[in-house]
Amino acid sequence: MLNTLLSGDRPRSLVLTALLLGVLISLAFAPFLFPGVRSLETAATICIFILLVASYDLLLGYTGIVSFAHTMFFGLGAYGVALASTHVGRGWGALALGTLAGALAAAVLALVIGLFSLRVRAIFFAMITLAVASAVAVLVSQLYQLTGGEDGLTYRIPRELTPAFRLGEVFGVRITGKILNYYLIFFCCLALFLLLLRVVNSPFGRVLQAVRENDFRAEAIGYRVVYYRITATCLSAAVAALAGSLYAIWLRYVGPDTTLSFEIMLDILLMVVIGGMGTMYGAVLGAVIFVLAQNYLQNLMGVAADAATGLPLLPELLDPNRWLLWLGVLFILSVYYFPAGIVGRLRAGR
Amino acid sequence: MSVAPDHTPRMERLRPAERLGQAAPYLLVPVLVLLGWLAIGSPSSWLTLTVSGLAMGMMIFVMASGLTLVFGLMDVINFGHGAFISLGAFLGISVLLALPGWTAADSLALNLTAVLLAIAVAMVLTGLVGWGFERVIVRPVYGAHLKQILVTVGGLIVIEQLIHVIWGPDEIFLTRPEALKGAVTFAGAALEKYRILAVGFGLVIFVAMRLVLRRTKIGLIVRAGVQNGEMVETLGYRLRLVFIGVFIAGSALAGLGGVMWALYQEVITAGMGERMMILVFIVVIIGGLGSVEGAFIGALLVGLLQNYVAFLEPKLALVSNIGLMTAILMWRPQGMMPVVKAK
Amino acid sequence: MSEPILQLTGVETDIAQYHILQGVDLAVPAGQVTMLLGRNGVGKTTTLKTIMGHWRARAGAIRFAGEDITALPTPARARAGIGFVPEDMGIFTDLTVEENMILAAASGPLEPARLEAVFAAFPPLRTFWKSEAGNLSGGQKQMLSIARVMAEERRLYLIDEPTKGLAPAIVSTMARALRELKAAGASILLVEQNFAVARALGDSAAVMDDGRIVWTGAMAELAADAALQERLMGLSMETAR
Repeated sequence: MLNTLLSGDRPRSLVLTALLLGVLISLAFAPFLFPGVRSLETAATICIFILLVASYDLLLGYTGIVSFAHTMFFGLGAYGVALASTHVGRGWGALALGTLAGALAAAVLALVIGLFSLRVRAIFFAMITLAVASAVAVLVSQLYQLTGGEDGLTYRIPRELTPAFRLGEVFGVRITGKILNYYLIFFCCLALFLLLLRVVNSPFGRVLQAVRENDFRAEAIGYRVVYYRITATCLSAAVAALAGSLYAIWLRYVGPDTTLSFEIMLDILLMVVIGGMGTMYGAVLGAVIFVLAQNYLQNLMGVAADAATGLPLLPELLDPNRWLLWLGVLFILSVYYFPAGIVGRLRAGR
Repeated sequence: MSVAPDHTPRMERLRPAERLGQAAPYLLVPVLVLLGWLAIGSPSSWLTLTVSGLAMGMMIFVMASGLTLVFGLMDVINFGHGAFISLGAFLGISVLLALPGWTAADSLALNLTAVLLAIAVAMVLTGLVGWGFERVIVRPVYGAHLKQILVTVGGLIVIEQLIHVIWGPDEIFLTRPEALKGAVTFAGAALEKYRILAVGFGLVIFVAMRLVLRRTKIGLIVRAGVQNGEMVETLGYRLRLVFIGVFIAGSALAGLGGVMWALYQEVITAGMGERMMILVFIVVIIGGLGSVEGAFIGALLVGLLQNYVAFLEPKLALVSNIGLMTAILMWRPQGMMPVVKAK
Repeated sequence: MSEPILQLTGVETDIAQYHILQGVDLAVPAGQVTMLLGRNGVGKTTTLKTIMGHWRARAGAIRFAGEDITALPTPARARAGIGFVPEDMGIFTDLTVEENMILAAASGPLEPARLEAVFAAFPPLRTFWKSEAGNLSGGQKQMLSIARVMAEERRLYLIDEPTKGLAPAIVSTMARALRELKAAGASILLVEQNFAVARALGDSAAVMDDGRIVWTGAMAELAADAALQERLMGLSMETAR
């Protein structure tokens, strides 16, 4: 049963199993284990980023394609929900419509970009996605009548998913719509994550890895490499859009900074590399570590910077705003020395 | 490897259609200028826009030229190239800000000396940083595109953040030296002096680069290396040294582009290089990876189109470049003038 | 007998996971033409590429003019005096014929006397001197590839199938040029499938099979013995084209 759920792709390391179980239990019981608004926000963000990073891993780790448009697809899903909720009106139908439209738009756009770039050279893809994603980001901030521009959009979602909706108490925790909303996100992310795990362990996933290892050889054996790459791109984009829709349902707000920015793209890259490319479980660890670090490490850096006051250069280097510097260094070192990331290390050290 | 069947020489026997195909990329620029004239209507606005489009194109070309050669020569794609643009801008502008007496003086000689000094400092230092970047960041990941992209993006983040550490988190505003302020009027159109200078300067760089590539032995080695590096080594040339030289020169040119762009925009931020990279990538793709001429034409097209569209329909300026890229890739999937790899 | 200009001892080369050369022992005497023969796919091209350093020998040693060059990079081998004409010719098609020739003279400017010799051997190169090499016909490209190796003095010439796929008239032009090179005292290691050319040029021969040298001897001896040819290469010279 468990084996079927995981598509036969077990963690293959005791420590990794323990960590994954820890994450699963913490997230599954987050409202009860860590009561409070901020920790619930963190838990929901972690859920969504696990899914987002896992969908990126399908592309980067399993197919060997670098995309800089993953936030664009994420944003398409988010804006889909936002626009549908704004124009169709508050309701479940709007959420479904927005989610579907977002995922479909993402898949179609991925198909078009894929046809243009993957057909010639996989390396074009990285450059073209970067260009298209930034153009879309600029467009979104310019078309403010439609998108709210830099301010973004706030909208109303079904009352059952908001804090105003009360259900009663369980274990001393008041069950509100916000908690229902959390569980909607948790279970959707879990299901989609398991689906991705299924995809990478299917025959399709095996071909993807063969293409990644040696595209020339895969082509020679008779696989249409372009077809597999483009399909993976579309699938990855659609799942990213679904993650975006969930994010929009959770936040009840979308804006360029929360969904489309290049910073988030870098975050995703860091998460997938640090967690471990091509492992899916790496997405879980990468996202958990990163989101926690983002929320709590910056405070630590602030303390360190204060402690270093008076020393030359050190306070500037330790300034909480410079935390990307350290992540960048960590990123380069991981690519060099731990190309399989944390998961690869754990599995190797079994 | 099969050899084409032997027959009488094909030389001098290109059919008109083939000749047109070869010349087509060169014709695109005048065609676009003409289309701009038709669409804009007002000759003076058209002239102003054309000059600023050409100026922008020249600056993008300066930034893109090194990138395309580095790719062509060693199959290295450097996503960190934008960091050299930002770095060059900050270094050059620091020099200018340190010389207020020279830039504010009402003397063309002093003004230009200050600018040239700023350019020299920026180019030398970004070249040196480029050298280090090649050794530390790029060299360990030869032959692995995926790692190259990831690691050079990492390098981009680190350099950008270091710029913040050194120069502070805020953008820096500047004014151009006295002699480069203002505009001249020509045929009823106001043409900014600096833009005219930028066009001239970009042309000089392009011509100089072409001369080096066509008329010097090192240029021949670079062009041959872009096509077939193994054969260049077989003839006895150390391609690695040539590559390092090109990487340093490309970084220095990115730094130069950064200074030019800073004087154009009159404001610098650590993220400016990263934003410019989007246009640089479009230019390199539509020009054909590895082709300096292609990058030049591509850059002019992007600069002109961006300015024309910004005038006609401001919101579509950046999108128009994506449209241009799409159109050109539909026409020539490898870009306008791809370098034929003879392997 | 003096030391050979080139000596391979137990050279093994892998390409990806394939074990192509499985212990090649080969001596190329100075001032002679040594033919490297054998069926397709037995490792002749890989042997030349290993000598040039395009592939690295996993085991064994390569000595050139008394020096061990096994660990040297390709450019250093070239500068030591090895000239190589690869099977695919390696023409820089975006460059003109002239530019190809200028690059081929790595140690200095082209000497006019050498250039005249090249033009005399291959007249079309003079005609198309300023044209892009990519527009040359297949035979002219092959001429250029030989001309490049003639652009300066080499101590050893490695030439891989210079007559492959060429029309008979061009084959004889090519053979004449090689004969002149030989007459000037060059040391040549030549892979050649055209037996007429091989017999006319070769002093000695080495036959490869399955990544090893299986026979060495005088070219005349091999040419005279149809049964030996049949056994070594699966066909005799008499029946071949």
